Amino acid sequence: MSKSTSREAKAARIRYLLETEGDAVKANTKGFNQGRYDSVAKLESYEELRARAREIKADAIDRLPELLDRVEATVEANGGTVYFADDAADANRYVREVCRDKEAERVVKSKSMTSEEIEVNEFLEEDGVDVVETDLGEWVLQVADEAPSHIVAPAIHKSREGIAELFNETFQPEEKLETAEELTMFARERLLEEIKGADVGMTGANFITADTGTLALVTSEGNARKSAVVPDTHVAVAGVEKVVPSVESLQPFVELIGRSGTGQDITSYISLLTPPVESPVVDFDASDTPLASGENDRDFHLVLIDNGRMAMREDSELKETLYCIRCSACSNVCANFQSVGGHGFGGETYSGGIATGWEAGIEGLDTAAEFNDLCTGCSRCVDACPVNIDIPWINTVVRDRINRGTDHEFDWLVDGLTPDAEEGGLSLQKRFFGNFSTVATVGSALAPLSNWVAGTDLSRRLMESTIGVDARRDLPSFERETLVDWFAARGPRVSPTEAEREAVVYPDVYTNHAMVERGKAAVRALEALGVHVRVPDLPASGRAPLSQGMITTAEEKAHALYAALAEHIDAERDVVVIEPSDLAMFDREYGKFLAPRSQERLSDASYEVMEYVYGLLENGGDPKTLRAPGANDSGVAYHSHCQQRTLGLEGYTEAVLDRLGYDVATSEVECCGMAGSFGYKSEYYELSMDVGSELEAQFSTPETRERRVVASGTSCLEQLDSMLARPSQHPVELVAPERL
Amino acid sequence: MATGTVTTFEASLDRLDVDWTHTTHDGLADVLREVSTEPAVGTPLPFDVSLPAWVNTEPTPDELETATTGITAAGLGIADYGSVVLPSTPEGTEPVSLFPDLHVAVLRTGDVVPGMAEAFDFLGEEFRDGTHSSAIIATGPSATADMGALVKGAHGPKDVHVVMLDE
Ligand code: SF4
Repeated sequence: MSKSTSREAKAARIRYLLETEGDAVKANTKGFNQGRYDSVAKLESYEELRARAREIKADAIDRLPELLDRVEATVEANGGTVYFADDAADANRYVREVCRDKEAERVVKSKSMTSEEIEVNEFLEEDGVDVVETDLGEWVLQVADEAPSHIVAPAIHKSREGIAELFNETFQPEEKLETAEELTMFARERLLEEIKGADVGMTGANFITADTGTLALVTSEGNARKSAVVPDTHVAVAGVEKVVPSVESLQPFVELIGRSGTGQDITSYISLLTPPVESPVVDFDASDTPLASGENDRDFHLVLIDNGRMAMREDSELKETLYCIRCSACSNVCANFQSVGGHGFGGETYSGGIATGWEAGIEGLDTAAEFNDLCTGCSRCVDACPVNIDIPWINTVVRDRINRGTDHEFDWLVDGLTPDAEEGGLSLQKRFFGNFSTVATVGSALAPLSNWVAGTDLSRRLMESTIGVDARRDLPSFERETLVDWFAARGPRVSPTEAEREAVVYPDVYTNHAMVERGKAAVRALEALGVHVRVPDLPASGRAPLSQGMITTAEEKAHALYAALAEHIDAERDVVVIEPSDLAMFDREYGKFLAPRSQERLSDASYEVMEYVYGLLENGGDPKTLRAPGANDSGVAYHSHCQQRTLGLEGYTEAVLDRLGYDVATSEVECCGMAGSFGYKSEYYELSMDVGSELEAQFSTPETRERRVVASGTSCLEQLDSMLARPSQHPVELVAPERL
Repeated sequence: MATGTVTTFEASLDRLDVDWTHTTHDGLADVLREVSTEPAVGTPLPFDVSLPAWVNTEPTPDELETATTGITAAGLGIADYGSVVLPSTPEGTEPVSLFPDLHVAVLRTGDVVPGMAEAFDFLGEEFRDGTHSSAIIATGPSATADMGALVKGAHGPKDVHVVMLDE
């Protein structure tokens, strides 16, 4: 398939999901996500628990071989059996043996992603065993013959109406089922019959303690309790990464997992089972014999599955994936996931942000490649993850590996334009966006001619078919005079001697070449508050190549930029950054590229522009030198950049505007949908607009529609401009004095 | 146990829509009569007080299935969450607390601990050295949202009542 037809196929698939499953997925994930915010806000020790949870996981994965030995010894001392399975086939064979030994006709299962991973149901069914899912969501999917679309709530894409129709058609009940209550009670009764006649109960395990051999199962329905305890044989399948050292180490996870996932403080049941359990077998074949009178002859098998995990543990970049407790927070918080769900943003088994790590480690790069692009690096999942996994970084690393694994026929076409440090194999589209700083430099040099040529029908069609820039998008319009040139000609207005502070305004690629006005406004605002400003010609941050998975190029840029800034930092100049995604680079990703001390110095010296203005005002800066609202000001509708929020910096803009007397309404969406270059790509244009529609709606209510729109990120501004009739601007343009 | 902890526990139960009652050893039978509907099944309480005769403490699987109330002891209450810890016992605390529509958990007021950390310190020791090595931390009734709206009683009880035994 050529690139442009595969882009069309991708766009069509996304369109289909948006139409069929998008509404249900969106309503549910947004509910979970809001629940998480609410539940976490009530928990005073949240950050402490997160830190402990991460520490426990990091330690457990480090000591995994030792803990696995320990678990084997304790489970066997308790009277159970442990089987280490190398891969899915190995695990399935073992489970089949257990079932054959028991002459099992029916296995009842509680929800387990690991069992989905190995596809044990299909395997046992081939052997003539009736396998019944007892989690209501999983059972709905089993009846419908569909795949899960969410790691915690697998049938999240199905509406109540859809389930009612499915049940009524499949089971032909005497009275048609309609309400959620009726559907639930119908399922409960049917599933109880299945459980009563089951020979084997199969569960997963959220955690396994090495000290006691206890399985922790996190559920709300009670089906895991029934599946594990009613039949006399219990088989638990779990990835090797589920082992933690002790019973006490379960505590932070128990407090975090429900909150992080569906937003419940805790799920109804945390089963802590140390099999074979003391509870009596509930033998419905001997339904007249008191429970407690019989021999309690229980059999327990723990199947611990490697299936790529031990290799992930050796892979320094994928290793953190093993800390994942599969809570689903990274799915629910993700704007793209909210729109397409796990059938779009997912692989063979796992879905959401961290699925890239799981699928790359378990299935391989090909599977991860199918959906890895859906992570835009917005980073909203970083603060949501209870074990603090750098999920966007894992996505970037996998993207880099995918890039290197593919070859491309058009490399020569952009080679001249794209001085990156990548080996061959990178798609033309990625190279174009990844080398945007060069494109912008050429664009400015040739402006306005370059804008005019780029805007013609022919070149837009060419751009769409070769590099996949969607023709429905406006392209950034390059300015002939860059910010750096403007400043060099104009010079500073506050001399170093009269200044309290000195600052370097970082001319990021967009501000320097396209959104020059906001750069000028930043200079004027800072000077109005008595800062000696410099705007030196500085290298690009590496954000653009990084978001395309071009890690080597991004790293080179990081070294070059730090080298260019080091002396300014030594001279105690502050580094003021307008583009939040660049500041996020300094604060987060540069930690992977620079020497720790260098990164720390740069990060400590850097400020988001409105954060800096806030600091100047707090330290005696005169707010009257900035622009206050006029008499009949309609107020401001403010959208904060996703990465800016991850860094916790959105409050400064609100505070400055508030202090100057503006009435501010802030958006409540995770991301605008544009997310860097994501929304420019033709295969993702519709998804980007679907995500954006939420923001558009929030800024079009009677309460907000008259307000002036301000946003901090370049891509947010582009997206808002494409959706709203009224213009948008950076907040610093709003407050900077017009002249100085 | 500090009264603050018990008050927090009660507030958490209220939030979960779980009813609760305080009583004494002598008053237990009356309280159970009031909150339960028959047929009721149960497991013996380890608190120097026995269940009334109308509670079937040796149920068969059939009786378990047809019972409307299940009465069991709880080892701990967890104030922050309104959870009760149900140890797995050979008498069948697990199934008795799970199958009937109403679960009545009997708990000594003095066994309410402030939070999860205290509960896990207790459980860690209990599992390694004590009499029980399995337990359920149960919080509110069984619930699901899988059918398009929140429904109580997915596979387990639709209602929970906590009876606190004051000493
Ligand atoms: S990566 Fe973090 S947020 Fe995502 S499912 Fe795993 S634990 Fe939850």
